[in-house]
Amino acid sequence: MSEAPLLSVQALTKRFGARVACRDVAFELWPGEVLGIVGESGSGKTTLLNCVAGRHAPEVGAVTYESAAYGLVDVHRLSEARRRLLGRTEWGFINQDARDGLRMTVSAGANIGERLMAVGARHYGDIRGTAQEWLQRVEIETDRLDDRPTTWSGGMRQRLQIARNLVSKPRLVLMDEPTGGLDVSVQARILDLLRGLVDTLQLSAVLVTHDLGVARLLTHRLMVMQGGRVVEEGLTDQVLDDPQHAYTQMLVASVLPV
Amino acid sequence: MPEAAYNYAYLDEQTKRMIRRAILKAVAVPGYQVPFGGREMPLPYGWGTGGIQVTAAVIGRNDTLKVIDQGADDTTNAVSIRSFFAKVADVATTTSTEEATIIQTRHRVPETPLRDGQILVFQVPIPEPLRMLEPREIETRLLHALTEYGVMQVSLYENIARHGRIAKTYNYPVMVNGRYIMSPSPIPKFDNPKLDRSPALQLYGAGREKRIYAVPPYTPVKSLDFDDHPFEIERWDECCALCGSRESFLDEMIVDDAGKRMYICSDTDWCGRRQ
Repeated sequence: MSEAPLLSVQALTKRFGARVACRDVAFELWPGEVLGIVGESGSGKTTLLNCVAGRHAPEVGAVTYESAAYGLVDVHRLSEARRRLLGRTEWGFINQDARDGLRMTVSAGANIGERLMAVGARHYGDIRGTAQEWLQRVEIETDRLDDRPTTWSGGMRQRLQIARNLVSKPRLVLMDEPTGGLDVSVQARILDLLRGLVDTLQLSAVLVTHDLGVARLLTHRLMVMQGGRVVEEGLTDQVLDDPQHAYTQMLVASVLPV
Repeated sequence: MPEAAYNYAYLDEQTKRMIRRAILKAVAVPGYQVPFGGREMPLPYGWGTGGIQVTAAVIGRNDTLKVIDQGADDTTNAVSIRSFFAKVADVATTTSTEEATIIQTRHRVPETPLRDGQILVFQVPIPEPLRMLEPREIETRLLHALTEYGVMQVSLYENIARHGRIAKTYNYPVMVNGRYIMSPSPIPKFDNPKLDRSPALQLYGAGREKRIYAVPPYTPVKSLDFDDHPFEIERWDECCALCGSRESFLDEMIVDDAGKRMYICSDTDWCGRRQ
């Protein structure tokens, strides 16, 4: 690991009217690290992720990111143009529902190629070749390249969304429940895939999930949120095997044994 | 003389000034869609209410007006708009491209090369080139503002993936002056090269959507494409059955119940001149 964190969140507070969604959250993400954020529904996980991605502006606090192109930047002070450019080059965002992250009316190839075309790729053959390569990497048959994702299963859509995000070789991937709503065998394959990709591409990632199993498999470090606050954080195995906070103990205890 | 009950060129002076201001802004920012307070005109939306308002704002007594619809001077829409302005603006009308100072057009650019000082007024149904890809107006404006045009290229990619080539034949998107992507209105892509560095001023009016945009004379207009699928225009194996032209845009006509076909120039002025 290098000396500087890739992403740093400082004293972040986000309110919606009188309701506080995130209260004084701070963390750092180091290159090559996967950080998990767990907690029950409504604990502020997704809001935190949206603040990090620059989609919501926090009332207090800052998000700084060590960009390859622009150096250290404050995400919320960047111009919108530059933030969006970062969003489709150095960052990836994987939504829980693949439909939110995909263009459902165009083919898989066009979905994967969009980021390339957005930064100026103008050779059809090359774009198509890259799309084909990525389809293979996410284990979809390459003869589905010209299919629209409307005809695909949820698991395939999710894999396509992953390919669409990773094609620009991002350094930071934000994932919001990437396996939510999928059946367990499909979940297992996606997790395997993600684990492999994070490893080979040296990705840093923030993974929001309510599924402790997913957190255990993918993440190095874990943050537990309750009511907008971080109540516990540490190495994943440590937090899950020896939970200190009462809420974490409750969470770990509520996993159903098979 | 104009009808006494109406102001010169139908619209009142305040409205014409408002439209002229929009036109000036549009000329200053080539390809940018300028909103304007579109008025009700005595013809239905989709028949050229945008074009007719632009024409009314720029026309004067010394102008000579030509109106074409799909290249023809003798179709209902062209004839009625021409007689409308003859009546309310007291202008000379013509069918000759060379003699006209203002040419209002729907779906074509004349074959005869345009010259300095001429104004080409386009009737535009959907001014937003990104509309079919992004339904939200707020978002399309943002995409224009930030020059985020990846999605336009995605639609061309999709065309090749599905048809093996860019199958879009009309309303083919163009990049104006290296900055704004613009809908050239539903002209065939055959006419796109004529927009590039044209000596004439091009004004585009969309009545229903209340937008005006423009391409000033000699402005670069590039049709979007891929390096390995370059922009191409339509070609025909036939020539015009009336004038023998091989270089003009041809309309296919079915002439009997047995399906016999005939190809003739869509530009009636051009065709008539060559016969």
